Amino acid sequence: MAKSIDVSDLNIYYGDFLAVEGVTVPIAARSVTAFIGPSGCGKSSFLRSLNRMHEVIPGAYVKGKICIDGRDLYDSDIDPVQVRRQIGMVFQRPNPFPTMSISENVLAGVRLNAKRMNKASSHELVERSLTSANLWNEVKDRLNRPGSSLSGGQQQRLCIARAIAVEPQVLLMDEPCSALDPISTSAVEDLIQDLKEDYTIVIVTHNMQQAARVSDTTAFFNLAGVGEPGKLVEYGPTTKIFSNPDNPATEAYISGRFG
Amino acid sequence: MTTPLRTRPTQSPAADGPSGTPLSSARLPRFFSLAFGVGIALAAGLAHLAVGISWTPLVLLGWLLFLVSLVAISRIVEGRRRSVDRLTATLITGAFLLALLPLVTLLWTVVSNGAPVLSPTFFTSSMRNVLGPGGGIYHAAVGTLLVTGMAAVMSVPVGLLTAIYLVEYGNGSIARVVTFLVDVMTGIPSIVAGLFAYALFVLFSGAGVRMGFGGSVALSLLMVPLVVRSSEEMIKLVPNELREAAYALGVPKWRTIVKVVLPTALAGIVTGVTIAIARVIGETAPLLIICGTTDSSNFDLFNGRMATLPVFIYNSYKTPTFPPEFSINRAWGAALVLTLIIMALNVVARLVSHFFSPKSKA
Repeated sequence: MAKSIDVSDLNIYYGDFLAVEGVTVPIAARSVTAFIGPSGCGKSSFLRSLNRMHEVIPGAYVKGKICIDGRDLYDSDIDPVQVRRQIGMVFQRPNPFPTMSISENVLAGVRLNAKRMNKASSHELVERSLTSANLWNEVKDRLNRPGSSLSGGQQQRLCIARAIAVEPQVLLMDEPCSALDPISTSAVEDLIQDLKEDYTIVIVTHNMQQAARVSDTTAFFNLAGVGEPGKLVEYGPTTKIFSNPDNPATEAYISGRFG
Repeated sequence: MTTPLRTRPTQSPAADGPSGTPLSSARLPRFFSLAFGVGIALAAGLAHLAVGISWTPLVLLGWLLFLVSLVAISRIVEGRRRSVDRLTATLITGAFLLALLPLVTLLWTVVSNGAPVLSPTFFTSSMRNVLGPGGGIYHAAVGTLLVTGMAAVMSVPVGLLTAIYLVEYGNGSIARVVTFLVDVMTGIPSIVAGLFAYALFVLFSGAGVRMGFGGSVALSLLMVPLVVRSSEEMIKLVPNELREAAYALGVPKWRTIVKVVLPTALAGIVTGVTIAIARVIGETAPLLIICGTTDSSNFDLFNGRMATLPVFIYNSYKTPTFPPEFSINRAWGAALVLTLIIMALNVVARLVSHFFSPKSKA
């Protein structure tokens, strides 16, 4: 069910401000693609534009093409709600629905879309999603407790379970580990490795070791200066980017000499 | 060597900090302010009994004496910083007690005057054919509940939907105009709302119209801005991350609002609505104009005069039957019942916000 994404010549705007300019990048199916780069270079904006979450912000819009299965996501007849059903997203801060229990949180994507489900199949879906998110064993005895009663790392895995319960084609992760401790981070990274068997995963991270550990392909974003648009500097296999990048800026950034 | 950090006076010389300043200093005993205040109050009581000075100058004098001497003693014993601390703490506590005084007096007056009147008959009979003793507030209590209930039924949907529009959909000039109009409506005098409702129903039913529904319209005019304001604040408090989480699951916007935003804000919205109801249930002026008053039970909102508790209280005082004390006692009883209803509404609001608010700990 995983699909590849082709981005060509994408410009991202906030009102008049051009935030990201001229991104062309193919994102392979069943692999992990990591976006790295300094703060404010447009990684998150670019990620959000991949499932049309970008346009939720007032005044924000996009020019260019993002094709999945040969369909441009920004065609006028494309329904953004349908796009988001196929391209799921995990956010930087864990955001379980506070009014719902753990199992209701997992089922949220299905229930909120008013799909009817009998008890057995919904329980099966809860168990399967939580198991894939490496959380089942920790919460199986308290599925009716509120989702916000979990620890931060558990909440983040709950959000991942919630995202994969709707069986998207692609999973976008916006710095999923930045609010987590090393143990929870390691659990989420293991999870990413498992998930890439079935999903196309795109992850934004500030942690270069993490990008090196989990990703197959790495894309480096950079911006020329304050007020300048962010640009894609280089992308390629992670091993190459981290050992022998073509662009000197990439090398400066990953070796920590970035000024 | 360890340096003991003391805050209480001791016999040993004060320990010195690194720079040579003492880390401990002399202090008045705990509860000194309280004991001193009680002492001055007792002295004032004695002065009242012995010399017969009246209470008003005594309280003012005692308060001034207490304030000045407490600060002076503290200044001598504890130094400047702590004396300023005592001064402000005493002023703040005094302001609090002053604010509490009318509230407690009011409640006490209402309860002590109203409680003896309460009896089963008081709740179950109207004032029809009652002169002198007996009679009750049945007609007015039911009228108040009907008129206010109808006002709530009309204004909660309007107010809530307006709040949703303002937070979730409104941007630009329309939202600003709506916000401005809501602010203006918050300040409408209730008598104007009553006159408006009267003028409105004169168009349909001719001059001299009286009906309970008109009262509901007037009250809902007063209630809508309250509901909009409180709901708007509550919906704004829902974190944007929850909306984005729902969008990212492919949930349409309207469903996100209904299933995620409103449940998260429910406790606050219900509390706001309850407080809005409590606020308008005691309105007298608009109901006096459009509902009028009657001694009989009339439970038809759309036909004829309808008694309500505030108007009942007003009329019992203004036009008592002979002898007047029975009417006046009934007015106190009705005032107590109205206060109890408002108190019960507030308790309900508390319970609702306790049981419906998102739980972090199970």
